[in-house]
Amino acid sequence: MRDVAIIGVKNTNFGEQWDRSFRDVVVEAGVGAVEDAGVVGEKIDSMFVGNMSGGQFVEQEHIGALIADYSGLAKDMHVPSTRVEAACASGGLALRQGIYAVASGIDDIVIAAGAEKMTDVPSPKASSALAAAADREWEGIMGATFPGLYAMIARLHMHKYGTKSEQLAEVAVKNHHNGQFNPIAQYKSPLTVDSVLGSIMVADPLHIFDCSPITDGASAVVLAPADIAHEYTDTPIYVKATAQASDTIALHDRRDITTLDASVAAGKRAYEMAKMEPKDIDLVEVHDCFTIAEICAIEDLGFSKKGEGGIVSMNGETAIGGRIPVNTSGGLKSCGHPVGATGVKQAVEIVEQLRGESGKRQVDGAEIGMTHNVGGSGATAVVHILSRDR
Amino acid sequence: MSVPRFWRKQIARYNLVGTRCKKCNEYFYPPRNMCPGCRREGEIEDFKFTGKGEVITFTVIHTAAEGFENQTPYVLGIIKLNEGPSLTSQIICEPEEVKIGMKVKPVFRKLGQAGERGMIYYGTKFVPDLC
Repeated sequence: MRDVAIIGVKNTNFGEQWDRSFRDVVVEAGVGAVEDAGVVGEKIDSMFVGNMSGGQFVEQEHIGALIADYSGLAKDMHVPSTRVEAACASGGLALRQGIYAVASGIDDIVIAAGAEKMTDVPSPKASSALAAAADREWEGIMGATFPGLYAMIARLHMHKYGTKSEQLAEVAVKNHHNGQFNPIAQYKSPLTVDSVLGSIMVADPLHIFDCSPITDGASAVVLAPADIAHEYTDTPIYVKATAQASDTIALHDRRDITTLDASVAAGKRAYEMAKMEPKDIDLVEVHDCFTIAEICAIEDLGFSKKGEGGIVSMNGETAIGGRIPVNTSGGLKSCGHPVGATGVKQAVEIVEQLRGESGKRQVDGAEIGMTHNVGGSGATAVVHILSRDR
Repeated sequence: MSVPRFWRKQIARYNLVGTRCKKCNEYFYPPRNMCPGCRREGEIEDFKFTGKGEVITFTVIHTAAEGFENQTPYVLGIIKLNEGPSLTSQIICEPEEVKIGMKVKPVFRKLGQAGERGMIYYGTKFVPDLC
């Protein structure tokens, strides 16, 4: 198996982009990443694209071919292009498939991208599309919503560990603080704990400001064998681990409602592959689709004891400058959550941080970063560890 | 949800009929055709649950799923049945009334409707079990 490096990255702006189509945002991300890498199109061997639900959001399937076509890689070069789907973990999975392709020795230069265009449908329709990431036949039909499922995680976390609504709110406040320094973020406005707690209740105990938004956006990275990465860039970022795990599709079938066992398993596999421990990680992008999800992720990836995710969020350990900065991009909460793009966006953020290009949200001396991307209420988790050093 | 898709699991939804692995003595609701414990070796049979159980966790939904808009606020919970498995269902009670650990029992109720003139979906919801 070959070592793999990331040699180019690009995020589009995240937000409500009424004037731009699905293909517009994907092409911008893909071209941006290729330009960042300094690669010519003829060198591209394959593409993997994370997309949760083109069918429901833009009534378009066959996303792989569409993107190859509009990227100018289909008609003459016939570059293979594969869509990858694992609900909100589609992007992380596309990155993982791209890494497989390069590591296997079959492909050299590979694009891993993710994209979602969510605002072409009214928001109830978008919520329904997202609800398909849970068990349609045994959760959705009973009136479960995604905020409702995470609210049930939050409720039990509060009951078992004494986690407070104020601690959840601190996650949103911290992520909005970080997001204001991220040029691509959907929301660049700071929040206060009071404004989170005073916002409307969506699914008790989660307020609207505990929830990530509906977003349009795309992200892409260019992968290459580590041995030739320096031909393209002075600062290749190396993939030290790629890991994935599954759990039950329905929340009610989990071993423990307050633990995402898939996150635990993927994290453990990633640490083993990289020969690292949580203390080796300088910063992490976690899947904060809801504030409680960030608290669970901190615990499940080993950055705090189980049940103490709320406490470490409250006392600033996860802020930039803290013990383990979490979601310097603003996370899904503030940067936005175009579901198929998110897993790739997390990698772009880590690469920019490790290159030292993150401006006011830069983590000083960052050498090793982690990404954590979750599908549904925790049925899929994907974890990557990226490093400046090979 | 289409009529055949709902109809196919009608008995399971109406009567809380799940399945049981005779080899592992594990109970499944929602029903499973393969036991995740022993996988190929299991012998699966139908099993009717009593529906008695307790609330593991819950939420009060204020922003409804599509088709549930006129029911808000509604209580949604995960209920652990006495025989072992857990399921997701609405709990019919006041939002202030529901507690983790509350005992519940099943009731036959309307779940929803496929549009204004479409099929009515019936199934099992839960109410506090005060006895």
